[in-house]
This record gives sequence, structure tokens and C-alpha cells, in this order.
Amino acid sequence: MIRFEHLVVRYPRAPHPAVDDVTFEAARGRVTAVVGPNGSGKSTLVRTLLRMLRPERGTIRIDDAPLATLDRRAFARRVSVVTQRESLVFTLSAREYVALGRYPHEGTWRAAAADDDAAIARAIELAGVGPLAGRATSELSGGEWQRVRIARALAQGGDALVLDEPTTFLDIAHEMAMFELFARLARDGMAVLLVSHQLNLVARFADTMVLLHRGRVAAAGAPGEVMRASILEPVYDWPLVITRDPAVGPPALVPLRGQTR
Amino acid sequence: MKRATLWLLAALALVALVILGVAWGSVSLSPRVVAAAALGHGDAQTIAIVRTLRMPRVVLAALVGAGLGMAGAALQGSLRNALAEPYLLGVSGGAAIGAVVAVTVGITSAALLPLCAFAGAALAILTAIVVARAMGGRADPRVLLMAGVIIGAFANAAIMVVLADAPPNTVRGALWWMMGSVSGADWRQVMWLAVYTAVAGGALAWMGREIDILALGEEPAAALGVNVDRAGRRVYIVSSLLAAATVAAAGLVGFVGLVVPHLVRAAGVRRHRPLLAGAALVGAALVVLADLVARVARPPAELPLGAVTAIVGVPFFLAQLRRLT
Repeated sequence: MIRFEHLVVRYPRAPHPAVDDVTFEAARGRVTAVVGPNGSGKSTLVRTLLRMLRPERGTIRIDDAPLATLDRRAFARRVSVVTQRESLVFTLSAREYVALGRYPHEGTWRAAAADDDAAIARAIELAGVGPLAGRATSELSGGEWQRVRIARALAQGGDALVLDEPTTFLDIAHEMAMFELFARLARDGMAVLLVSHQLNLVARFADTMVLLHRGRVAAAGAPGEVMRASILEPVYDWPLVITRDPAVGPPALVPLRGQTR
Repeated sequence: MKRATLWLLAALALVALVILGVAWGSVSLSPRVVAAAALGHGDAQTIAIVRTLRMPRVVLAALVGAGLGMAGAALQGSLRNALAEPYLLGVSGGAAIGAVVAVTVGITSAALLPLCAFAGAALAILTAIVVARAMGGRADPRVLLMAGVIIGAFANAAIMVVLADAPPNTVRGALWWMMGSVSGADWRQVMWLAVYTAVAGGALAWMGREIDILALGEEPAAALGVNVDRAGRRVYIVSSLLAAATVAAAGLVGFVGLVVPHLVRAAGVRRHRPLLAGAALVGAALVVLADLVARVARPPAELPLGAVTAIVGVPFFLAQLRRLT
């Protein structure tokens, strides 16, 4: 669905590319997680996908169509992106905010149609923000706001959902509920591309992990293939062990105290 | 109150203020006489007062208020800044330079002075965009704001230099112009500003949904399919030119562009299309009211319109302040 092909992205005047020859695909029906230390190029991928940065080389394809050939709104109809940070200067009601997700489908003057209302209602239900719909965005807690933002992305109605660190401000229950939602969306056929620092949760929920290190793909594959101390330790530059979570099975990372190395 | 009731009240208030503005003054007329004179009935002097003195003045005031209200609403939304207003972005400084230079070189014609002010404002807007581009060409509204503020500061300094050794009459003329006034209004001026406000206001309404999205921020707007750079620049140019047109017609009328959008938002209007309409309505009413106060508060003297808009606007603003935060 979203394919990065030998992508090279360099910030102006930077000596090294922020993303260097990255190739992978976020496929329909799967949760694909991009992980890596701070500054490894994760968010640069997202910004390039949003065409805020121009690749130096390589391409991004949306179902075989090169990104550059897609109209921006057409892209937004197919791929929904929840960016890392977002704060509103002027308050909206949560429902008004979710409704803005229909912008890529709107004409200049056309009023909201029945399918818009249906998409908004479905998104609100999926993200579980029904009780918040009437609230002002300025009154939402960090976790509530994050869920409302995901509802907005779902209202866009695309086949792909890209999330840049979506659970950063969430407590355990809300974080788990989010990951459950991502897994369910992927099961229902969406391509879910997740940028996350939560390695252990990602290992539980993702079908594919892509580990970035200094802009390059250090490892990619099923969680079991990427979650190895021999791979992760040099990338994160921190001593760690991988255990197997006794309760649920998948590999889990335990960082060690620094001085034990 | 229901939303529809509020809209109706605002529209009625504007109509009432327009009628009051035409009826009240050094010669006060009853609404019936005003209506008759507007249609050309009654004695010649009354018809002259109504048709050539007061009506163009009141309509010009309404247009100035509508233009500034819309420009402020569009700029605050697209720049994501509650303090943004047309004058902050170099428009007022540029226009003032144009006018002051014109006055000092001896241009006083009512036809040419607005043109010079407009040219100055347009130049300032262009400079702000070029500067913002040179500073990285990114969509970051802060860069544009900064460029506008710097150009405004430069313009103010330049005005002081020009006026430093100007003859007293020139200084007085320039100062009066900078305080804003619709006293010299004629129908030709009204026609120009009406066309301008309609075209620019229509363009802003056309971009209204885009402004909703721009207000979310750079990355979320890009995620929703908006070309942030281009759209932001477009809103900036159209609203600044609209503000420049009002400045050319009536000098600097402060406070309206800043406060009116907040008043409308406080009434629960959040999406930019209705917000633009509401800001036009409330802005028009506020400036018509301010001009009325400017004329009748201390006759026969006229108070500067720009000062009165602030004096009239502040109580409204304070009354709403708690609802804004």
C-alpha cells in the first residue's frame, strides 16, 4: 500500500542524509512498525510522506503510483496521517474537529453529505470518543485529545493509517486500547504504519518491524527477527536483554542499568 | 441563545446603526425623513446631507469594518495566532509610509492619496513575503509574522525620519490620516471599496475551508491534503490587500481586525466561513458605531475614528474576555 523505495532524504545543509536508502512496504492487513532511537529518521519518513520534505533520491509509492503524481487531496483520501504533535490555537468541539477529516472529500462549496456524516459517526465510534464529541478540544486530557485526533484520521476514510508516536502521552489502559484498535483496523484490511518507541508493545502487536539506525534500515522482519539483543544493543547503544514475556509470549526488551556493561 | 437568533440580532444591529448613523449628527433627522431623503424626497438641503454627506460616510465605515474584520479572521486562522491582525503584518506601516511620503511631496488629492497608501501597503506585503522566503521559504507562520512586524517597525522609523523636519501642516495631515477617518467619504470611494471588499471577501470565503485546515498547524494541514506554503501565502496576500484597501480609504482604524474575530468566536462560531461572515457583520457594526460616536461625542470637533474604535471596542472585548479563554 505504502512503499518506500531506496528513499534518501537530506535536510538542507546537513552533511548526512536523515533517511538513507530506506526500502520497505506497509502492506494492507498488517501493522508495520518503524522503530529506532531518537534521530534515526522515523519522523523524517512521515514528513517526506506528507511532502514537507523532498526526497533526494528514491520514491514513495501509494499502490504503485509515485507520490509526486498524486494530488494532495487524493493522497489524503487514501492515506490518513496522525502527526506527532498538534495543538489547536482556536478551540473546536471534538466533533467539529473530527469532521475536518472529511476535508479531502469536500468540494469548495458542497455541504456535508450523508456519507460524510456516516464516516464521521463511524470514526467516532471506532476510536471510542463518542462521550467526548460535544466537548471542547481545549478541555480534553492528553489521552482524550490523542484519541480524538485518531478519530479525525479515521474519518478521512483511507485504506492506510500512519501514526507518528501515537501513544506517547497515554496511560497503560489507553495505550493498550490504542494498540488493540490498530490491530483490529489492520485485521479489517487497513495498512497501519506505526512509528513508535514502545518496542515491547510493538513486538506484541506489529506484524512487521523496521528498525532504523542513523537513517538506514538496520533490521526488518517479524518481531522475533528484529527483537534480538545482538541487533538492538548497538543501535540503541545501551545494554539490554531480550526475554520472552511469560504471560503473552512475544519477545520483550529489558534495558539494563548502564554500569553493568 | 440559538445561533440563528444571534445572526439575526447582529444583522438587525447593523441595520439599526446604519439608520442611526445617517439620522444622527449636527442636524438630526427622523428615520422617516431619512428614508424619504434617501429616495430623493424632501428639501434639497436634507437630501444633500443624507445622500452626499452621511450615507457614503456610513457605508464606507461599514465597508472598512467588514474588510478589517474579515482580514483579521483570515489572518488569525491561517497564521494560527490569536494576536495576528492586518496591521501587525506591515500593512499599516507600508500604507502609512505611502501616505506620508505622498503628503510630504505635496500630493493631497483625495484620488491620489489612497493610491499611494495602497501602493505602500502592497510594497510592504511583497517585502514581507520575499523576506519570509529568503528566511527559509517554509510554511512556518512565525517567519511571516516576524517579517511583517519587522517591516512595520522599519516603516514607523522611516515615517518619523520623514516627518522630523516637515512643516507643521504636513505633520498634522499625516497624523490625522494615521488616526483614521471616514469624514471625507464620497460615493466613488465607496464603490471602489465595495468592489474590493466583495472580491477579496469572496476569495477568503472560497478559501474558508482551507483556512479551517491551516488553523490546525503545518503538519496536520499537510496530512489533510493542503499545500501549506501556497495556501498560507494566498490567504496572507488576499487579506493583507483587503486591509490595505481599507487603509487607503480611511487611514488606520485600529483594533477592529484584532478584536472582531474574537467576539464572533466567543459567540460559538468556529469554522472560518461563518466566522468570516460574522466578522464582516460585527466589524461593520462596530465601525459604524465608532464613527457615530466620533461625530456626536464632542461636537463640533470630530474624534479620530481609530481611537474611538478602540474605546468602543474595549468594553465589548472585556465583557467577552472570560469566554475567550
